[in-house]
Amino acid sequence: MTAVVAEHDDHHDHHDHGPEKGILRWIITTNHKDIGTMYLVFALIMFFVGGTMALIIRSELFEPGLQFVDPQFFNSMTTMHALVMVFGAVMPAFVGLANWMIPMMIGAPDMALPRMNNMSFWMLVAGVLLLAATLFMEGGAPAGGWTLYPPLVLQTGKALPFAIFSVHMLGISSIMGAINVIATIFNMRAPGMTLMKMPLFVWTWLITAFLLIAIMPVFAGAVTMLLTDRFFDTSFFNAAGGGDPVLYQHIFWFFGHPEVYVMILPTFGVASTIIPVFARKPLFGYASMVYATAAIAFLSFIVWAHHMFTVGLPIAGELYFMYATMLIAIPTGVKVFNWTATMWKGEMTFETPMLFSIAFVVLFTLGGFTGLMMSVAPADFQYHDTYFIVAHFHYTLVPASVFILMASGYYWLPKWTGNMYDERIGRLHFWLSAISVNILFFPQHFLGLAGMPRRIPDYAIQFADWNMVSSIGAFIYGFSQLLFVYIVIDTIRGGTGKATAEVWEDASKHGLEWTVPSPAPYHTFTTPPEIIPTEHL
Amino acid sequence: MKKTKQLLACLVLMTFGLGTAHADYTLNLMRGVTQLSNEVYDLHMLILWICVFIGIAVFGTMFYSIFHHRKSKGHKAAQFHENTTVEIIWTIIPTLILVAMAIPATKAVIDLDRVQDSEMTIKVTGKQWYWDYEYLDSGVHFESHLDLASEKAHRVSTIDPRSVPNYLLNVDKPLVVPVKTKIRFLFTAADVIHSWWVPDLGWKKDANPGFVNDAWTSVDKPGVYRGQCTELCGRDHGFMPIVVIAMEKEQYDAWVKAELEKQNALPDLSKQTRASLLIKGESVYLTNCVACHQIDGKGISGWYPAINGSTKVTGDMSQLIGFVQAGTSKMPAFKKLPADQLAGLITYIRNAPELGNKVGDELQACSALSLDELEDLFPDLDNAPELCKEKGEVKPDPVVAQKN
Repeated sequence: MTAVVAEHDDHHDHHDHGPEKGILRWIITTNHKDIGTMYLVFALIMFFVGGTMALIIRSELFEPGLQFVDPQFFNSMTTMHALVMVFGAVMPAFVGLANWMIPMMIGAPDMALPRMNNMSFWMLVAGVLLLAATLFMEGGAPAGGWTLYPPLVLQTGKALPFAIFSVHMLGISSIMGAINVIATIFNMRAPGMTLMKMPLFVWTWLITAFLLIAIMPVFAGAVTMLLTDRFFDTSFFNAAGGGDPVLYQHIFWFFGHPEVYVMILPTFGVASTIIPVFARKPLFGYASMVYATAAIAFLSFIVWAHHMFTVGLPIAGELYFMYATMLIAIPTGVKVFNWTATMWKGEMTFETPMLFSIAFVVLFTLGGFTGLMMSVAPADFQYHDTYFIVAHFHYTLVPASVFILMASGYYWLPKWTGNMYDERIGRLHFWLSAISVNILFFPQHFLGLAGMPRRIPDYAIQFADWNMVSSIGAFIYGFSQLLFVYIVIDTIRGGTGKATAEVWEDASKHGLEWTVPSPAPYHTFTTPPEIIPTEHL
Repeated sequence: MKKTKQLLACLVLMTFGLGTAHADYTLNLMRGVTQLSNEVYDLHMLILWICVFIGIAVFGTMFYSIFHHRKSKGHKAAQFHENTTVEIIWTIIPTLILVAMAIPATKAVIDLDRVQDSEMTIKVTGKQWYWDYEYLDSGVHFESHLDLASEKAHRVSTIDPRSVPNYLLNVDKPLVVPVKTKIRFLFTAADVIHSWWVPDLGWKKDANPGFVNDAWTSVDKPGVYRGQCTELCGRDHGFMPIVVIAMEKEQYDAWVKAELEKQNALPDLSKQTRASLLIKGESVYLTNCVACHQIDGKGISGWYPAINGSTKVTGDMSQLIGFVQAGTSKMPAFKKLPADQLAGLITYIRNAPELGNKVGDELQACSALSLDELEDLFPDLDNAPELCKEKGEVKPDPVVAQKN
């Protein structure tokens, strides 16, 4: 369905002007490809920063007893690991992909609002740096969990207002990015690129962008209330002044639940883009994929209190949020079935992007199963705040979002750099990641069911064995990711040879980006391509 | 099934050369010891098996396709890409499965909510970082802290946690409940949000400051059931376990009687040796003070002041007693600490080598009492122990001390 053929005429590009020279190219650039590159590189760096924090956590949990860090610093690490990974790594990585790929996929010359694009990137950098700076402040970085629940978070030392301001900056950056995506998709599609012909990556990002615009102001509001509670004597969340700490949780999760879908919807989009290419078959159920994504996005706004089953909701609330949450399984199931049907009777080859995508479908489904289990409120009374949920959301984030980000890297690197990556090392990276990520997270299901609470720096002896296994997996997984850095650098320097414009066999049937030369010229589609209706193929 | 899983687990462990497989670890939820925990367990197993079957179907199809529909085997791609009937089928079947799951789940939600008709009520207050239990019917009231052995083991790197029985899952004073009795729990918190979880009871409930939550249980068989705080509540979140001892009703009644007697008993005012004061003081310190001031008395820079070398601690003793009893905006007031414990604590913090202080004095329980406090304990002063009538030279004056 996304199959389009374009006629690209290089002669139209003779007014082309190249990038600025030197460092200014990156600071003042308004080019979607440069900004996309900066987002991706920044996200990769943050992935390693957040990963280092994760390894500090797993080192401390390698054995019972406190060996390396102080419990307060441990809490800072769990908090900062989550904030850095969510706001510094996964979200920016998808914004980077959106920048690079959306204009090329819809036949647009650039993003609709290029200057704002630049501003939203640099605001992100400032926000994350400010957040990182809190690590060095008196009293340490925030240590109340990434959810920043009061009253605990109000016990943070000097770092609190800085962390809150950083959240404001990250929010503004995300909103600007989202506005840009929406404006680009609605206004800059090539003639003939109707909404229902857009590649699914574009569709999922369009929906994600609406989620972002809806939720980031809510989060900003919640943290601003924290700020006034701490410094201006308000009592939004203080029972002694007539407030309610649980109110914060309602506001936070009204943001938080759609927020986790912000990280998974574009993931769905990329998987739906990659799998058909390597199955050599059109995506099965394009329309139902679009509707399922929209349904998931809608549901994400009406299920937030399933994160709060144990805070003492009234029984009607428990039942409503349980039923609503269970519904999410339906559109999510449709997606998994459609991917399976896309592979069915295909002509599959297993290059690295496809390997990561298949692993995504399998392991994301595992995370989906535990999600379904937790939607059942009475069972969640046991699972809640244990390692079971830690296993659940890491399955939906690491072997799902992160694997798909890796898949995107391998899939589009030849287009970005003009060179092929080393397939052998790519596959090695895949197998090391796929095996170790399961050693890392699968035992955490057992730990949670056996009774280990999350966010504890030390544990009872019966949890020792699986924690050790999990930590070993963490180190293998963490160090395997260095292979990806090696591959990226190696590919930029020439890789295993020049890539063709199409890169993957018959890829040009699946997306406009494969109709331009590799590497993609600094300016593409300055003249809109001609979109041939799918029926003609 | 359980055997197979354990076997599998052992194999995995042996591959890693650990070979330390513990006899008592579990891979699955426990059935627990209440009607609710059994209901939740059955529900958990039901959904687990549903997921396993869906998983086998979906992954089976996918892997069949991966093995057979590959280019290297010469398979040619079909070009179908749309089928509304199929889409409708795989929307409706999951919906039916969900409805089937929702029915027992709804029943369990209703059962969990049924706190009426309870025979007794226990109020649980979460505090940083211990639990406070109050039996509203009998008036028994006590605090439950991490036990001393675990407290020491996690703070002193030379002690191997494996040598401590029930490491981090033991308390100095467990919650005691009768079996086969419907007990209503009320949950609240004094500072931040905590969450009270004993897996064998089948649920957890948050303790929110300023609000009261409720839940109920009726334990089927006597035993010791352990759990932990499950809501991140700050630095020592991992160190506030819960121990519930369920006993037969007659035993429980005897326990209540003994507790009430202990609660109303007079503090031990006899003269103690320096060594026994220090021993008592250490346990009081480890229970009440160590979370902030740390095992070496050095506190945490930027958070909690050091008592190691602090002139407030090593200076005038009567001012120190007043300070401890009055508390500060950050430190709780230890007004209710019995005289014998206060005496031990003061002696300990001024003289313990591990805290780096060496004043060389001691405080006897009698001297820790002001005249007013002594009169509270012995309305007829003639009945007071001889020792206290003489009164030591130390006379705390809380009014003066609070000004500092």
